[in-house]
Amino acid sequence: MNKIWWKILSFILLVYTIVCGFLLEVPRLDILNETIRNLYFHVCMWFGMMILFIISFIYSVKYLRGFNYRNDIFARHFAAVGCLFGILGYLTGIIWVKVTWVTDQGQSLGSVLKEPKLIGAAIALLIYGAYFVLRGSFTDIDKRARISAVYNIFAFAMLFPSIWIIPRLVGSLHPGAPGSDSGNPALDKNDMDSTMRMVFYPAVIGWTLLGVWIATLKIRLSIISEKNIFEIKKMN
Amino acid sequence: MNKKVIALLFKDVLLEFRQKHSFYGILLYIASTVFVLYLSMPDTPESSVWNSLFWVIQLFVCVNAVAKSFLQESKGRMLYFYSIASPIQFIAAKLIFNVLLMLIMSLISLGLFYTFLGSPVVDFQLFIGITILGGTGISLVFSLMSAIAAKAQQNAALIAILGFPVILPQLLILIKLSKSAFGEVFRDGAVLQLAGLNILMDLLVIVLSVILFPYLWKD
Repeated sequence: MNKIWWKILSFILLVYTIVCGFLLEVPRLDILNETIRNLYFHVCMWFGMMILFIISFIYSVKYLRGFNYRNDIFARHFAAVGCLFGILGYLTGIIWVKVTWVTDQGQSLGSVLKEPKLIGAAIALLIYGAYFVLRGSFTDIDKRARISAVYNIFAFAMLFPSIWIIPRLVGSLHPGAPGSDSGNPALDKNDMDSTMRMVFYPAVIGWTLLGVWIATLKIRLSIISEKNIFEIKKMN
Repeated sequence: MNKKVIALLFKDVLLEFRQKHSFYGILLYIASTVFVLYLSMPDTPESSVWNSLFWVIQLFVCVNAVAKSFLQESKGRMLYFYSIASPIQFIAAKLIFNVLLMLIMSLISLGLFYTFLGSPVVDFQLFIGITILGGTGISLVFSLMSAIAAKAQQNAALIAILGFPVILPQLLILIKLSKSAFGEVFRDGAVLQLAGLNILMDLLVIVLSVILFPYLWKD
């Protein structure tokens, strides 16, 4: 947790993303034009969110295998930072929707936004919202850790189909739907030219590392603030 | 093993017969909800409105029908079950009972919808099949949610908060699937694909319940 090299790597990659993301040449397609640069931010947020949720899921499983309270703290904070990334993903998405999907033909924003991928992401945020409500309803620490780990595992498993399967079955405006040019949001070889890929992959790694960094800071903070709980547990 | 599941299932059914008020309570809940819809809606609602109302009502009926399955068990009685049965037998009996209860409620509410709100359904056999599929899926998910909420010593509100986001994908599939029974034409094999996906999700819920329930069970 205290190793420093990956934090420096994250910093360098993000500086590289921002500098090269705004300065390098990008293909100018109809409608999209320069907004394609948002790819380095918007798509990375969703990558980061999924990876953080997966880490949270793994720590919940680890908690149930050994009932180590540390793992519960890890699961909680990775889920929280995952939610932050999800909200940022929405915010960057809104900017993109405004210039590419909303046309002058007077359709309502509500009908534009009823997209399978947006619904899937909304389900993810609702599930983790429920996870935090559930956590808040316990007073007993061990019980809270155990029951919320069970919910986290169950909800994560149900999230899989809604994010990774259903959006690929139904048509939508969002890239990655059947019938559009690409079959996969973000990882299709036809979606990006080689210069863009040179920025995109480092950007994904950089943003994800930043998310992990934020989470580890929060984890260290709450381990310090809940220090006496650990000491009591050690005594038992 | 199976004997114990059947015994636990039988106990739940017997309890339902002894305390008829809860069963009739849910029936009345369905009847009054549909009656309110009948009074507040135009005489023959559009098929898409009918469809979404039907599934939303299923959701709320399920929350009410399944909610009590774990909340009703007192701490002492849980301790007794703990000493005579394994958690897997216990959850299996609960799941089967809740699915049966929900199927009865689904079919009754389908009948009431048909009488009061008319019906856009063209292929009735198909729609009954979809209702059975949907009722099963919803009740499976809410059984586990009820077990979680019971541990939090919370009311039915927490079940809704926990369960709604989890059930959403399945509900969206069901609403889409129902349109096939309204005579809407689907791409070849799409209906089977959606139904298969739904069944797979049901299986996933069953497997997860069996894996996770032992952790909820012991205190």
